[in-house]
Amino acid sequence: MRILQIQKTDWSAGLEKSRQDYRLIGPVKEGNNVSKFRELAAGEEPDFSISTTTMSPKSVVFPQSEVMFTFTTDSASPDCNIMKVPESSYSPRAIIGIRPFDAAAMNIVKMNFDTPDYRDPYWCDAYEACTFIGLAVTDPESCDFSTSTGTGPFDISGLDVLLIDAGEYFLVEVVTEKGSTWVRSAGFNKEADAESIEVLHSMRKEAKKKIVSTVAFENINKKETLDLYNESYWDSISFPCLNCGTCTYVCPTCWCFDIQDESDRKKGRRMKNWDSCMFPNFTIHTTGHNPRNTKLMRVRQRFMHKLKYHQSKYDKGILCVGCGRCVTSCPVNIDIREVCKQMNNS
Amino acid sequence: MINPYLPYPVRIDDIIVESEDRSLKTFKFVFLDPKDEEKFSYRAGQFAEISIAGVGEIPIGIASSPVEKGFIAFTINRAGKVTSHLHNMKVGDILGVRGPLGKSYPWDTMKGKNLLFIGGGFAFTTLRSSVVYLLHPDNREKYGTIDVVYGSRSPGMLLYLDELKEWEARDDINMHITVDRTDDPNWKYNIGFVPPIAEEKAPKSEGNTYAIVCGPPIMIKFTLPVLEKLGYDHDHIILSLENRMKCGIGVCGRCGIGEQLVCKDGPVFTLAEVNNTPKEF
Ligand SMILES: Cc1cc2nc3c(=O)[nH]c(=O)nc-3n(C[C@H](O)[C@H](O)[C@H](O)COP(=O)(O)OP(=O)(O)OC[C@H]3O[C@@H](n4cnc5c(N)ncnc54)[C@H](O)[C@@H]3O)c2cc1C
Ligand code: SF4
Ligand code: SF4
Ligand code: FES
Repeated sequence: MRILQIQKTDWSAGLEKSRQDYRLIGPVKEGNNVSKFRELAAGEEPDFSISTTTMSPKSVVFPQSEVMFTFTTDSASPDCNIMKVPESSYSPRAIIGIRPFDAAAMNIVKMNFDTPDYRDPYWCDAYEACTFIGLAVTDPESCDFSTSTGTGPFDISGLDVLLIDAGEYFLVEVVTEKGSTWVRSAGFNKEADAESIEVLHSMRKEAKKKIVSTVAFENINKKETLDLYNESYWDSISFPCLNCGTCTYVCPTCWCFDIQDESDRKKGRRMKNWDSCMFPNFTIHTTGHNPRNTKLMRVRQRFMHKLKYHQSKYDKGILCVGCGRCVTSCPVNIDIREVCKQMNNS
Repeated sequence: MINPYLPYPVRIDDIIVESEDRSLKTFKFVFLDPKDEEKFSYRAGQFAEISIAGVGEIPIGIASSPVEKGFIAFTINRAGKVTSHLHNMKVGDILGVRGPLGKSYPWDTMKGKNLLFIGGGFAFTTLRSSVVYLLHPDNREKYGTIDVVYGSRSPGMLLYLDELKEWEARDDINMHITVDRTDDPNWKYNIGFVPPIAEEKAPKSEGNTYAIVCGPPIMIKFTLPVLEKLGYDHDHIILSLENRMKCGIGVCGRCGIGEQLVCKDGPVFTLAEVNNTPKEF
């Protein structure tokens, strides 16, 4: 793998140069202490001081609200009541400073949106337009448990380029062809010397060591679905939950959505909107019957999906990369690591 | 690239009021582009999303049969927003259909076997599609005996009454039509709930009969023990489940029961499969 070195004094100019070929998206702080990924305005730089953004970067390929189709209900129009795919541009975009676990989450979510039977064009087209320029985690947050979910602070599995902040300079692992195209576009071309590569290895080791929080889930895979489902601990786990849905909204691996039509007089659009299994409306039938009519059932659904159903369906680990966002954001401190432990050990 | 959310435009070609209380109507749709009809190649038991611009989309079982060409049909109960809107639409109006979606009844597995259909209320739509398919000269001899137990509240609530009577007159299908009650002195069929009529009339299984059951939850609840008594194994009892749906293609996560998605892995499941999954439907 090619490893480059970028002097920090050269960073801004390179970034700016790559704008000729890419839209840039990166982490920014917004009001109310909320940080997230969004398109960077001209001259604006990604904020690398943010460790884990409040909102995951899933919105880059899966916006909270997205137009699927437009339509008119004007009977004078020949296209009356016919859905039209809106003009959208999927020009190349570089996601600067995505954390390795968040990029790994993209690979997991891809299994849902890009299947042998159906391909969600909104998600897939946006995903394919992205070049993921990751930023290694050198100072992990306390509830980061990414090393035990199959990713980690320097994981390149979801990335095209990995940047490592080595103080005066960035070390740059160029992972894919896409990554090398971006690096060229930015004009970064100084190969790293042997000494810096040593630095990279030791930083990687250091970062991994700093992550002390872990989960184990192998036993969950061996247990019967209905045995786990009928465990008595769901009562105490779900008791404090407010069903606010925050955990699912901040999560990089939660993908559930709703489809809703909106219209203004005769013009309208069909929208794809984030939804959450934590909401009673998610499953209620027209008859009023709700197959998940209690908080316990909804909380159980979230954890069973993440830790059991996904494992047994794909045999590729859990539907969680260990970013810790749901743990940090939950107003009543429900902790997926604790739930995982109960499911795995009891 | 195909956009799996994009409905095919269709025109309402005919509307048939199916029930005396007018809560059930059959809508016949014709594809605006005949090529779309070819793409919409389906098997009995599958469903589609019916899409009305500005109102929404709803999953509905396909009531027409693969052997019927030139149109597709759906029988729709007026229930909420989209279904009520549809009930007020007219012949000639344009809407959309997305599909076919989900798995059909297991026609290949059932080849050479006897078939028992048990239906209740308006959940007879995909059973109608099945029977019309089976009675077609190309298909009839590929399957064994066919028995149909179908019941409804009253004679006026039975779907497809003319067809039911036609089937009654045939000798290659055994019909057991029933109503909960009636004061019609000319009613020549059964009176009673579906489960006891099934117990009395349905064939026993010697391992070579499949039972396909569609109906309201209460009917299914009382029918399953009857089928067990008649010797049907759980992997020979076939159900069609309903859950709230949106995408219909296994992507939006809404309709899950355990690791199965009702829209994509179903809606057709064997009882054996359903027994192994949380009953979240
Ligand atoms: C596989 C399948 C086959 C079906 N076949 C038929 C049929 O042949 N005939 C028939 O009349 N009905 C059928 N239904 C039920 C039908 O889909 C609902 O009655 C319908 O969605 C209600 O929509 P609404 O807008 O009128 O009600 P509202 O309550 O206003 O619905 C709002 C939205 O909720 C969703 N929704 C609510 N309840 C259900 C439900 N029970 N199932 C699925 N989605 C729901 C829909 O997305 C709908 O757009 C079927 C359902 C499924 C899952
Ligand atoms: S964030 Fe916490 S309280 Fe809110 S729905 Fe999730 S688990 Fe429940
Ligand atoms: S479940 Fe929690 S820790 Fe796991 S990926 Fe989602 S937000 Fe991160
Ligand atoms: S309806 Fe979307 S997954 Fe089944």
